Amino acid sequence: MTDLDLLPTDIEEDLRASVRGVLDRRCGPDTVAAMYDGDRAVVEPLWRAMAVELGLAGLLVPESLGGSGATAREAAAVMEELGRACAPVPFLTSAVIATTSLLPSGDELLGALAAGERTGALVVPFSTAPDAPLPDLAEGGTVRSVAGALEADVLLVPAGGTLRVVDATEAGVEPVVSLDMSRQLADVTVPAGAGRAVEGDGEAAARAALLAGAALLASEQHGVASWCLRETIGYVGQRRQFGRVVGGFQALKHRLADLFAETEQAAATAAYAAAVLAAEDADLPIATAVAQSWCSEVAVHAAEEALQLHGGVGMTWEYPVHLYLKRAKADQIALGTPGAHRARLATLVDLPGGTA
Amino acid sequence: MSARDDLARRVVEFLAEHDPDTTDRVEFLRARYDAGLAWVAFPEGHGGLGLSRSLQAEVDRLFAEAGAPDNNPRANGIGLGMAAPTILAFGTEEQKERFLKPLWTGEEIWCQLFSEPGAGSDLAALATRAVRDEASGEWVVNGQKVWTSGAQNARFAILVARTDVDVPKHRGMTYFLADMTDPGVDVRPLRQVTGEAEFNEVFLSDVRIPDTQRLGDEGQGWQVANFTLNNERVAIGGRALPREGGMVGIVSQTWRDRPEARTPELHDRLLRSWVEAEVARLTGVRLRQKLAQGVPGPEGAAMKLSFARLNQQLSGLELELLGEDGLRYSDWTMVRPEHVDFTGRDAGYRYLRAKGNSIEGGTSEILRNIVAERVLGLPAEARGDKDVPFKELPR
Ligand SMILES: Cc1cc2nc3c(=O)[nH]c(=O)nc-3n(C[C@H](O)[C@H](O)[C@H](O)COP(=O)(O)OP(=O)(O)OC[C@H]3O[C@@H](n4cnc5c(N)ncnc54)[C@H](O)[C@@H]3O)c2cc1C
Repeated sequence: MTDLDLLPTDIEEDLRASVRGVLDRRCGPDTVAAMYDGDRAVVEPLWRAMAVELGLAGLLVPESLGGSGATAREAAAVMEELGRACAPVPFLTSAVIATTSLLPSGDELLGALAAGERTGALVVPFSTAPDAPLPDLAEGGTVRSVAGALEADVLLVPAGGTLRVVDATEAGVEPVVSLDMSRQLADVTVPAGAGRAVEGDGEAAARAALLAGAALLASEQHGVASWCLRETIGYVGQRRQFGRVVGGFQALKHRLADLFAETEQAAATAAYAAAVLAAEDADLPIATAVAQSWCSEVAVHAAEEALQLHGGVGMTWEYPVHLYLKRAKADQIALGTPGAHRARLATLVDLPGGTA
Repeated sequence: MSARDDLARRVVEFLAEHDPDTTDRVEFLRARYDAGLAWVAFPEGHGGLGLSRSLQAEVDRLFAEAGAPDNNPRANGIGLGMAAPTILAFGTEEQKERFLKPLWTGEEIWCQLFSEPGAGSDLAALATRAVRDEASGEWVVNGQKVWTSGAQNARFAILVARTDVDVPKHRGMTYFLADMTDPGVDVRPLRQVTGEAEFNEVFLSDVRIPDTQRLGDEGQGWQVANFTLNNERVAIGGRALPREGGMVGIVSQTWRDRPEARTPELHDRLLRSWVEAEVARLTGVRLRQKLAQGVPGPEGAAMKLSFARLNQQLSGLELELLGEDGLRYSDWTMVRPEHVDFTGRDAGYRYLRAKGNSIEGGTSEILRNIVAERVLGLPAEARGDKDVPFKELPR
């Protein structure tokens, strides 16, 4: 067996540069911070620009269905950039998770999603791990803490083993105050029997979508960690105390060296998860469990170190470190905590727990 | 035809001409070297074909599948991992011609005479003197080296010595290829924490080294040594292993074999380490893909850091998992092993030997300094010895 290529291709680098360009122009830290004060006006036009101009909405949709038929590797490059900017766009929830849940059926909705005409969301708590029980809304009901629902005009609702396509206007979508307002959650209430059923095994489709989402979330987490590391190196490299640059103190240098190593490891791990997803390799469950266990923790560690090493500046609202801390911590819980992924891994690699 | 296919064809042709079952081992290895199938990234004429490093694994696999003899790379880690790339980068044509082939075939084992009692982390503080004998043009070397792994088996050594005491320490060193059979070389075993003597003290008394065995220019020793050290870190921390290879595989197997020893706390630690080992493996894959075209930079230091931490974490966990059996040890007899083995023997040995992983090849503290300064660009430590002539330094 030859190792999958873990370095980016030229195509991925081009896409990355385009995404970064748009984010640099339209999505600075002030824009993201404004969301904590209730200003969501930025999301719609930003997502429209990215979804339509860059074709991000249809990245994972086959060309025959109106998408660009790219692979998870390109999606990973996008996720990394979104993490680096803490961008408030529904790429993960709509273009990755909702879209992937429809791919097995080839449902007609895919065309509209790919074109960016419609935006979708899978109605599960954002904390749902790929193998955790899914909600069942066959009799109607409320699902708490759904990501991407606020932006979505079409909801994919697990109901009695199928997925139902429900127009958002038919459902109640109640915004909630979220730890990470750059990916704000909502409580979603769906009436019994709303919408229409998608063909095929909806439960399996939803699980595959959550697994793909978890695999690619690792790239976002790597993006968050890289931003934190780079900003912190920049800061301690110019901040002076005791007559010298604080980045010259060995206690700090060693912490940053460790963080660099962890972040490089996150890069390889996230790249592997994306490469395995793209290659439709059977190693996906293990690769994802490893990536989520590692990258979740690294992103949080990087954000916590960034805050600490920025001192008082790190605690100020004015400075963007807090945005990344909130994104990192929420991402750690999203799609299964690291502990949940390790528990899954134990089964996957035959290292059972407990006393026999 | 792709480079990979072309290479596979060459291996098949080679095997057709040299039947591994009937060809003498050394003869086979020499012929493999001459065919450019030893280390394919090396240039033609020096055991390679000037191809990408990433193709090496494929060649090794094809030879292994055919049941061909290998050059027992474990017995000559320093030669293959450190001496060879340095000779290739800095050597004259004559030096490459003389040294690379027997090094690769394992006919000549190498060791590394860098550290001294007064110069470990601060390698540039070394005091072993090399003085040129104007009459013969030879260098005469005097001094003491320490912690020299495998010196008892070595035919040659890479050696750094001081050739100028009037300039600051980093500028007064020169790099040599030393003959360990010279009568002035005295190797004495140095017993270590495991009971065995893998490393040695080496006393050098009037050792004569011809100028043709100087590697690089006079005074260039620090630069050449740094090249060796970057390769050493990759050699120690960046080895290609399969999933669950190395220490993590051993401990995972112990876990499977001993259900009675499992506790939730050990389970949590085991899984964290398993993940970290897999992550380190993938990082190694990516690092080697990056290196496929270039030479190792300081990034290898980060790999070595996690390698050391993992081996220590896992080997410590294994002893706890073994409980009562973890209280026993196999053998304290002082032996002088043929090669360095991190995972061989029993759990107690592994635990003790792993302690060296954060010291040998640069301590974890020094590696963090390297990453912080050379990779992240943070300011260097304040130091008073950089511009002072060596002879004026307090020692
Ligand atoms: C098993 C083994 C095999 C070896 N094999 C070889 C070999 O084959 N050839 C060879 O030449 N050498 C070999 N060595 C030697 C090895 O390279 C040195 O031991 C190592 O570089 C550390 O040097 P030292 O022991 O003098 O420690 P010291 O440099 O005295 O360090 C003592 C402590 O101080 C810390 N320290 C030192 N400087 C700094 C600093 N600037 N900042 C922060 N902390 C610092 C160190 O990290 C360490 O914890 C081997 C060592 C071991 C353990």
